[in-house]
Amino acid sequence: MTEQVGKEQVKIHVEHLNLFYGSNHALKDVNMDILENKITAFIGPSGCGKSTFLKTLNRMNDLVPNVSIDGTVELDGENIFSPRVDTTLLRKKIGMVFQQPNPFPMSVYDNIAYGPRIHGIRSKVKLDEIVEKSLRSAAIFDEVKDRMKKSALGLSGGQQQRLCIARALAVEPEVLLMDEPTSALDPISTLKIEELMEGLKKDYTVAIVTHNMQQATRIADYTAFFLVGEMVEFGTTEQIFSMPGDKRTEDYITGRFG
Amino acid sequence: MAARPTFDHELEQLNTDLIRMGALVEEAIEKVVSAFQNEDYQLAKSIVEHDRQINEIEKIIESRSLSLMLRQQPVAGDLRLVSTALKVVTDMERIGDQAADIAELILHIKGPHIYEVVQHIPDMAKNTKQMVHDAIRAFVDRDLELAGEVVRQDDTVDDLFNKVKAEVVKIMKTENAPVDHGIDFLMIAKYLERIGDHAVNICEWLEFRQTGTINQTRLL
Repeated sequence: MTEQVGKEQVKIHVEHLNLFYGSNHALKDVNMDILENKITAFIGPSGCGKSTFLKTLNRMNDLVPNVSIDGTVELDGENIFSPRVDTTLLRKKIGMVFQQPNPFPMSVYDNIAYGPRIHGIRSKVKLDEIVEKSLRSAAIFDEVKDRMKKSALGLSGGQQQRLCIARALAVEPEVLLMDEPTSALDPISTLKIEELMEGLKKDYTVAIVTHNMQQATRIADYTAFFLVGEMVEFGTTEQIFSMPGDKRTEDYITGRFG
Repeated sequence: MAARPTFDHELEQLNTDLIRMGALVEEAIEKVVSAFQNEDYQLAKSIVEHDRQINEIEKIIESRSLSLMLRQQPVAGDLRLVSTALKVVTDMERIGDQAADIAELILHIKGPHIYEVVQHIPDMAKNTKQMVHDAIRAFVDRDLELAGEVVRQDDTVDDLFNKVKAEVVKIMKTENAPVDHGIDFLMIAKYLERIGDHAVNICEWLEFRQTGTINQTRLL
C-alpha cells in the first residue's frame, strides 16, 4: 500500500518497486510518495537499501551490471522506466550530490558551466548568469567570486561540496538527490549545507540519505526507515523520531541495533 | 540490545532514582497524616528533615536527565522517559514541600485537635494520602488505568476541600472564634488539596511517558 502523507503535491510516486542485484533482493516492494518542496530523509543501517533506492530515482542503477528492477517510479506522473525516457534529460531534472565532494579538475567557473554547456548553452552572458546564480543558491558565491578561474580542487572540502551542489543546480533540476552529502565534512561545513538545504527546498524537492539521525531530525520534513531492503516506516520526521509506529524503527533510532 | 549498554544502564539508574523519589514522597505523606492524626510532634519534626532528602534526590534526577540529554540526545521512548523525569520531579518535590508545610503547621497549632473540630479533615487527609499512594504506584508500574482512577479521586478531594472551607468559615463566625486556628486549618486543607493536584500531575506525566499526549493534547 502506498503511504500517503499530507495533502501536498506528490513529486515522485513509487509503487511496488523491487530491485535485484543478481539474485540479491535489494529493494522489496517499496511504496512511497516524495512530496514537492519538501526534504525527505532515508535512514537505516548500512546495506539496508537506502542508497540503492536513492539511485533508482534517477536511474543511476541502470549502470550496475546484473541489476533488474520492476515496479513504478513516476516523476510528475511520468514513469521514469518508460523506454521513451532519455536518461540524460531525466538526470538533468533529478540531480545528484554524492558523499565525497567530486569537483571536476577544472576551474570553479567551468565546473558550474559544464552542465549548461552540455545542454547547449553557448552564450557567455547567459553562462555567467547561470554560474553566479547557481553559486549564490549554493551559498558559496562570496567565497569563490574572486577565484573563478582557479582550480576547484583548491577549495576546502565543505566548499567543494557546496560547489558540487551549485554544479547540480546549474542545469535547473527539479529534484536534488543527496547521498550522505555531509559525512565527509566538519561540523561547521555540515551546518552550512544543512542551512542551504533548508533554503533550497523552496525551489526544489530534496531527498537525502543520511547516517546522521540528528541531521535527519534537524532538516527533514519526512523520514523513511529502511531495513534489509524493506521500507519499514515512512512518516513526518517528528512522528518517526517521537512515536515511531514500528518497533524496528524505534530500536534503530534509539540505537538498540544497527 | 547490545549496541547501547551504557545508555541503557543510565536510563535504568534514572528510573531507579524516580522510584526512590516516589517512595520518599509517599513516606512523607504517610508520616504527615500520621503525625497529624496522632499529634505526634516528634514525627512532624522528622518530616522537615525528610523533605531535605526529597530535595536532594530531585537535584540528582535533574542533573542525570540533563546530562543524558546532552550526551545521548535521546529520541522516541527514551526522550519521553528523560523529559518525564525532568517534569515529574517538580510535582513530587512539591508534594514533599507541602507535607513539610503541613508538618510545620502541626507544630505551630496550639489548641483543639483539628480532627475533632473540622469534621471533613480526616477524610480529606485519608483520600489525599491514597491519591499520592496510587499515583506513585501507577507511575512505577506504568499503570494508566490506576492513573485514571487517581484523576477521578481528585474530584472527591476537591469536594472535601469545599466542605472543610465551609466548616472553617462557620467556626470563624462563632463568638470568640479561634480565628488564627481557623486560618491554619484552612491552610492545611489547601495544602492537602494541592497535594492531590500534584498527584494528578504525576499521573498525567505517566500518560505522556506512555503515549506522548496529555489530556488529548499531543506534546511529542
